[in-house]
Amino acid sequence: MCLAVPMRIVAIDANRAKAEVGGVLYNANLDFLPDARIGDYIIVHAGFALEKLDEAVALENLAAWQEVTDDAQTNHLRRPV
Amino acid sequence: MIKFIDEYRAPELINQVTARIRAITPARPINLMEVCGGHTITIFKFGLKKLLPENINLISGPGCPVCVTATEFIDRAIALAKLPDVIITTFGDMLRVPGSRASLLTAMAEGGDVRICYSPMDALEIAVNNPAKEVVFLGIGFETTAPTTAAAVLAAAGNSIANFSALTTHKTMPMAMKTLLDAGEIDLHGFICPGHVTTITGPEIYQFIADDYKIPCVVAGFEPLDMLTAIYMLVKQIAESRAEVENQYCRAVKPGGNRPARTIMAEVFEACDSIWRGLGNIPASGLRIRDKYRDWDAGRKFKVGIPPSRPNPGCICGAVMRGVKIPPDCRLFGKTCTPESPEGACMVSAEGACATYFAYRKIEDCEL
Repeated sequence: MCLAVPMRIVAIDANRAKAEVGGVLYNANLDFLPDARIGDYIIVHAGFALEKLDEAVALENLAAWQEVTDDAQTNHLRRPV
Repeated sequence: MIKFIDEYRAPELINQVTARIRAITPARPINLMEVCGGHTITIFKFGLKKLLPENINLISGPGCPVCVTATEFIDRAIALAKLPDVIITTFGDMLRVPGSRASLLTAMAEGGDVRICYSPMDALEIAVNNPAKEVVFLGIGFETTAPTTAAAVLAAAGNSIANFSALTTHKTMPMAMKTLLDAGEIDLHGFICPGHVTTITGPEIYQFIADDYKIPCVVAGFEPLDMLTAIYMLVKQIAESRAEVENQYCRAVKPGGNRPARTIMAEVFEACDSIWRGLGNIPASGLRIRDKYRDWDAGRKFKVGIPPSRPNPGCICGAVMRGVKIPPDCRLFGKTCTPESPEGACMVSAEGACATYFAYRKIEDCEL
């Protein structure tokens, strides 16, 4: 139910975006993400963009796993909230 | 270029994480609960249980909105579907959920106008295109979905679309998690917290669980690497005797959540008590439409009488959603209750625990 799919914004008209995943275009309402821009990756749920995906954070975490050899090196995962 | 899907399914990284989990897991039973149906699907679809040490037990909690929807709500929706000139609009997985006597699918077969939509905004469009009809959207779901219903109600109010309304049974997660802990039926050591709910709310909503119950919470994404990393983080907290709220899904979940979505949700909804199938009435665990928007509240707009609800006595969906039983414990499972002909709500939605167990029963080695 709370499924949300990563898509890339290809066009924006006021509060409506066209977003693409796997060659398919979807409508995404931008009421929750008014500062979204063309080219941003967003996650879309029930026709609404919920959040932008932060590519820098994602790449940093993926790269970090590749270098982990012991558990002292996994502190990068701990993001205080 | 990163696509945010394949990268999180890379076998070499999965092996790396599972090796780390094995290295740090204490030799005692560790019970972790996921409270999101999307997580349940990832666990089963990718066979994650088989990758974990045997003493890590993953338990599915009340994370499927269709499954926790009370029978009474389905009965009310069916009653509305039978009114003349009413179009019911709903997410698809509500159609086959059994009410006391029938489902929306039966109401459809009997001539009710029930339409599936992908977004509440689609329902609003149906209302605009059918000015002579009343269009009722069935608003179910947790904090992820509630703001989308709120946005549709706001748009209807702002554009004076009078023939649109929402019958809502939106629910919020924290009080349900608290109720499970207070009931003390299961010995939990960690929560895998729902990623997309938390994009809206922010991870702060779980702080009381770490502080008051000393249970670690990790917000997780939905790919296999996300979930295994979250499990690793939980086990590490357990091994180090910490109880904190951590955020594995930080590419999407930001501190404080999504403020515009929360503002829209708070404008339209206020907290109320809510009945959860399997858990009963939980104070302040639901959302109802504020008086200001009562004209768009189908519950107040249409007065329909419904007989007292009658849940199926043989069904153990309630115990399954509390994590006390697993689907193969049910005598109906896979026999009279299947995805084609469900008796309980957990067999209807693809993310219900019974439906996932059934779909992946060969991997899970469960006998019918």
